Amino acid sequence: MTAVERFPHRLTLVAGHYGTGKTEFSVNLALALAGEGERTALADLDIVNPYFRSREQRELLEAAGVRVVATSQALADADVPALPAELHALLEDRTVRAVLDTGGDPSGARVLRRYRPRILKEDYQLLYVVNAARPEVRTAERSAEVLRAIEAVTGLACTGLVNNTHLCGETEAEDIREGAALAAEVSRLTGIPVVCHTAEARLADRLGDLNPFPLELRMRKPWE
Amino acid sequence: MKREIWKGSEAIAEAAIRAGCRCFFGYPITPQNEIPEYMSLHMPQSGGVFVQAESELAAVNMVYGAAASGVRAMTSSSSPGVSLKQEGISYMAACQLPAVVVNVMRGGPGLGSIQPAQGDYFQATRGGGNGDYRTVVLAPANIQEAVDLTQEAFDIADQYRNPVVVLADGLIGQMMEPIVWKERTPRELPEKTWAACGRGDRDHNNFITSLLIDAPACEAHNLELHKKVLEMEKNECRWEEILLDDAELVLVAYGTPSRVAQTAAENLRKQGVKAGVFRPITVWPYPYARLREIAGLDRVRTFLTVEMSLGQMLDDVNLAVGERKPVRFYGRCGGAIPHVSEVEGAALEAWKEVK
Repeated sequence: MTAVERFPHRLTLVAGHYGTGKTEFSVNLALALAGEGERTALADLDIVNPYFRSREQRELLEAAGVRVVATSQALADADVPALPAELHALLEDRTVRAVLDTGGDPSGARVLRRYRPRILKEDYQLLYVVNAARPEVRTAERSAEVLRAIEAVTGLACTGLVNNTHLCGETEAEDIREGAALAAEVSRLTGIPVVCHTAEARLADRLGDLNPFPLELRMRKPWE
Repeated sequence: MKREIWKGSEAIAEAAIRAGCRCFFGYPITPQNEIPEYMSLHMPQSGGVFVQAESELAAVNMVYGAAASGVRAMTSSSSPGVSLKQEGISYMAACQLPAVVVNVMRGGPGLGSIQPAQGDYFQATRGGGNGDYRTVVLAPANIQEAVDLTQEAFDIADQYRNPVVVLADGLIGQMMEPIVWKERTPRELPEKTWAACGRGDRDHNNFITSLLIDAPACEAHNLELHKKVLEMEKNECRWEEILLDDAELVLVAYGTPSRVAQTAAENLRKQGVKAGVFRPITVWPYPYARLREIAGLDRVRTFLTVEMSLGQMLDDVNLAVGERKPVRFYGRCGGAIPHVSEVEGAALEAWKEVK
């Protein structure tokens, strides 16, 4: 199954509680789309985290043909809440597939609000990332609460859930299954479908029934 | 035990709450804002108090007051903010008050940058405030250790009636790692009979002050405090030895650079250089004795100190190693993180000098 088949909409907005793995997922999705020959852009709209943001992968992404649009490009190491004007071009250029990586929680997703009128005119999906290993959102009720809060603050309806349960590089297949159960429960509570599970390639064999979207860990720590 | 994935700053906050911290006072600064943010949500749920103070100085003095009443109290900040707290730390040391101060270090001096650094080593280990005092300084290298040490920090503070510093670099504050919440055996601690929390049936007031205007009284007080310093030096020193059993080249690093050093050591071994890592976990008290012992081993040829600063812990490595073996240095600063390849290169340079 190709990335385009899995994520058929032109705009993919990625939101969730912080630490669920939105950036890792966004970087991998952008690389997969570009790998399939799509004109692809990644917009890093994280204006709440000072480290571990997708713009740190600019070199890798650009080498793979992904256009990177990031906040405060002149001050890449700062946490200035400034949004790039270039983002408007991505939202309007219907020849480009764009992945919009937002910061965590409703506070991080809030940046989408100002683009809402434009987003509503486009073919978009708003994905909510679920991670059962994150203590603050490990119950379906709490996860659904954050999801609803993100919808309220962005004024956009979530269209799909992504089970991105991980423990950085120490994830086991059972962890992802636990996440699948959580995602199913969040789906039951909210009526929003689970659109995919993610897993590193090394775990794919043991998760064949989930047909996971393959991830390669890109957001590595300096010693990894 | 169930593994969970935690961001360092929020894990430190949760660890403090689990250790019985009931008062948190802070003022926001990157890269540790998730500590006050987490505390603002969870401290009230735990029956405690969270106050976002009007400044760092106000926050540390609120800790001073809470600690004086016998409550477990904490504040956190990052480098420039911790500079502002030094007065309070000195006062608490003088008044023999237990408290925990977390410093998630960023680039300096001055306002510097918001990226990770270790430039506050001198400030933390030499006592950034005035007067003769020391604080135990715990330097975690991963999130599990940050959680474990933060909990223990409250016990250490109570045991010696002295502030304890958790010295984390920005990466510890911001990165995510899997952890488990271990079953903890708290230390046996004396009752806080000194606390100013109402006279009750006592026949005297508990009077807490750092002002001792007569020199002989002030000296006597200092000598009493110093006994605790000697006790802390004797009891609280800890370190980790990684790949050191047969090492001929020793990398010395604390905090997350020790993990860069470990990867470099593993790579060096593949190139035939027997490298290992000596990692102080307490940077005060510093593990001088063990490092001196290692320096005295015939097989150990040279040392390379690795820091996210320009040679601060290097002073302590030199104090320990002395003239026994060469001590070389590699550091990045201002928010730059040493690359594995750079550390490997510096190690090979040091190795060439002695092989």
